Amino acid sequence: MIPSSYYLILSAVLFTIGVIGVLVRRNAIVIFMCIEMMLNAVNLTFITFSRYLNSLDGQIFVFLVMTVAAAEVAVGLAIVVSIFRLRETTDVEEINLMKW
Amino acid sequence: MGEALIHNTIRFILLFPLLGVLINGFLGRKLGKRVVGIVGPAAVGLAFLAACGTFWGVTQSHHAVVNTLYPWITVGDFDVSLALRADPLSSLMTLVVSGVGFLIHVYSVGYMAEDERFTRFFTYLNLFAFSMLLLVLGNNFLVLFVGWELVGLCSYLLIGFWFEREAPAEAGKKAFLVTRIGDFGFALGVMLIFATFGTLDFDQVFEHAPQLLSAGSTLATAITLLLFMGAVGKSAQIPLYVWLPDAMEGPTPVSALIHAATMVTAGVYMVARTHVLFELAPLSMSVVAWIGVVTAFFAATIALVQNDLKRILAYSTISQLGYMFVGVGVGAYAAGIFHLTTHAFFKALLFLGAGSVMHALSGELNIQKMGGLKDKIPWTYWTFLVGALALSGFPFFSGFFSKDEILWKAYENVGFGLWLAGIVTAFMTAFYSFRAVFVPFWGPSRLDKKTAHHVHESPRVMIVPLVVLAVLAFLGGYLGLPHFLGGSAVEGFLSPVFAGEGAHHAAEAGAHAAGVGLEVAFLGISVVVALAGIGLAYFMYVAKPTVPVALARGVRPLYTLLSNKYYVDELYMALVVNPLKGLAGWLARVFDARGIDGLVNGIAAFFGWSGQTTRKVQTGSVRNYALSILLGVVVLVGYFVLR
Amino acid sequence: MELALFVILAVIAVIAAAGVVVSKKAATSALFLLLNFCTLAGLYILLNAQFIAAAQVIIYAGAIVVLFLFVVMLLSPGKEEGQDRKPYAKISAVFLAVLMLVEVGYVLVTGVLGGMSGEYTPEKIAEVGNVQAIGQVLFTDFLLPFELASVLLLVGIVGAVVLAKKEL
Repeated sequence: MIPSSYYLILSAVLFTIGVIGVLVRRNAIVIFMCIEMMLNAVNLTFITFSRYLNSLDGQIFVFLVMTVAAAEVAVGLAIVVSIFRLRETTDVEEINLMKW
Repeated sequence: MGEALIHNTIRFILLFPLLGVLINGFLGRKLGKRVVGIVGPAAVGLAFLAACGTFWGVTQSHHAVVNTLYPWITVGDFDVSLALRADPLSSLMTLVVSGVGFLIHVYSVGYMAEDERFTRFFTYLNLFAFSMLLLVLGNNFLVLFVGWELVGLCSYLLIGFWFEREAPAEAGKKAFLVTRIGDFGFALGVMLIFATFGTLDFDQVFEHAPQLLSAGSTLATAITLLLFMGAVGKSAQIPLYVWLPDAMEGPTPVSALIHAATMVTAGVYMVARTHVLFELAPLSMSVVAWIGVVTAFFAATIALVQNDLKRILAYSTISQLGYMFVGVGVGAYAAGIFHLTTHAFFKALLFLGAGSVMHALSGELNIQKMGGLKDKIPWTYWTFLVGALALSGFPFFSGFFSKDEILWKAYENVGFGLWLAGIVTAFMTAFYSFRAVFVPFWGPSRLDKKTAHHVHESPRVMIVPLVVLAVLAFLGGYLGLPHFLGGSAVEGFLSPVFAGEGAHHAAEAGAHAAGVGLEVAFLGISVVVALAGIGLAYFMYVAKPTVPVALARGVRPLYTLLSNKYYVDELYMALVVNPLKGLAGWLARVFDARGIDGLVNGIAAFFGWSGQTTRKVQTGSVRNYALSILLGVVVLVGYFVLR
Repeated sequence: MELALFVILAVIAVIAAAGVVVSKKAATSALFLLLNFCTLAGLYILLNAQFIAAAQVIIYAGAIVVLFLFVVMLLSPGKEEGQDRKPYAKISAVFLAVLMLVEVGYVLVTGVLGGMSGEYTPEKIAEVGNVQAIGQVLFTDFLLPFELASVLLLVGIVGAVVLAKKEL
């Protein structure tokens, strides 16, 4: 069995890449994809721990996380679509009415 | 029996003038001049009757009686009540204040008849009577101080009564500010007394004084000098006398009542009342006596060359107040108070007479523009003459006895120098008094045509008080005959208050103990000096009128110095007033406007600025917000990692 | 053996993730995302979570990515992103993210990963099969969250429909 830390470090790297993606990209949909990537990284962590601690709780948790992610994607993309209808753009920098 | 009478009458001494204030103040306009002209004098007249009642009660009882009106302040250890004291000193003072006050009120009905603010005048005058009576009747330092401050206020209000003109308004301000300096010292003295004795009650302070203040100690000297500072301001001694000549801008009855007979004597009364403290500080007593004599001499020199009739009398008042301070400064308290009484009579008389002259000449006050008035306004002339005789110390008039008593005691208790200065001042006093008689009333008329046409005697309501005061000025002296002629009734009356004083100073005066012969000799010298002064005035102003002009030209520098009052006012302006004005201006314009306002506005501006700057955090861009979340995460995780 | 598989899968996952972030077109990002999900499914199998791996493929790769692609196609896929006016945000973001990675990595490498050891050893799971084991736990210990998840899905459906309507 390979040490758990390998999986965990992989998970951390994926998470970090997701974070960078969220902050760097301007297309709302791509930002959303990066958020999904972050969620997956966390899922990997849960599964790792479930394996290495001989427990099924981690897997249940991942199951529920997936459920939530699905619902979230549906609603989130619906929001993106309606904003696009309004503003004709998916660039997050254009959506800045709450400025000082 | 006496005590009951005192308790029944004493509060009315204060109540009647207070009622006068309220009635005249609130209902004056509606009641009209006639009614106010009766209510005003009546208030003080009734107070005089009450004072007589109290006086009779005092003669019947053998100790001071305290009537507590109201327990005023009781805070922790500080316990003061509104208490009135009936003893020989206070009852004599109330008689003088209310008696002379009443006569002046009656006179004012005639003098101020044309004035628009007639009712306001009587309101203020009654308020003054109330305040002065409160001052002399108080049984503790706080009531004394309240009365002290109130008379200062009334003085300001009355001096600046015609405030539309600049001169009276400025004079009122000057009076208030200069006496304030003295009052500051007085307040410090009262506070020091409280700090030392823990109480402000007269009886308690005077009883414990010998124990708590060792004779000659710095504490005793400090207390008494601070109290005397108040007297210097209020009673116009050097260096705080400068307000009194300017106060002549007020109506003449005001000058008579406040600045001759009563308010300015408050300082003398105060020193006499607190004599127990002063006796424990011989240094202070010398200060009192020497300031008194220097002021007397100094003011008399200025009075020699003044041309404004009221100003001559003003400087004369300052000079005579100096005499009174010499009296209390050498321990002759009864003599000082006696001179206070006689001075009230003849100085009020002289001022009212000057007012009568003004009335006759439609406001002219320059004696160089008067002349030959004695036939035109005879009643005024004869009463004025009586006053001048009393002031000069002419034998058998009141001033003679009182002034002489002070000079004798000055020699007996202190020494020759003080007596000599006093005698020289007496010579000058006689001279300028009769200059003020001869120049306006004798000789050819120098009036201009229009004024000459309107010269008329004053109405009866003004003449009668003059006559009454003239009688008092003549007979008042017999209350204080010297020892060899029967002894002073005043001194006997006041002895319970000043008990022990005679013995104290008699022991000290051992070196100068003198027999009856010397006293008679000094009396004779006083008579000679007075007659010499009168004679010189006659020579210079009646017999050979060219002499004064030639003399003035001959000693031109000295003459200019004197007639410009030694340039003291200019000196004060340059040294004190203008620097303080400059400081005040700087504080107002720079420190306050820029410094303090800048600080306050700056704080407000700071908040505005910080708000402006902080709101830029709201960029509206979600990415920035996400970045800040990441930053927070990094910091938190870092903290836990490093822990 | 396991290690080799792990390494291959890990590398592909990381490259795919980088591809998602870096690609210029949104559609390309979606495809890279798909690749990432599939490699993760492989990793799950390595970790003995077969059911989850299957669910990953079905839900993520099969539904979510499809949904993404639909939306990408719907909303003018060709537009290029503009240049950022201020590059400092990008730089600081990368820096901070790397910093966070370093912190987490430090903890992972040096820390002792504790936690109570449970009872479901791989051998025990293998007796009944992963699916049944999960089912057993899901319908007994985690029944409430399960029911709430279904409510959540309902809310999601309703919300999506409402938000995407042309007129409310």
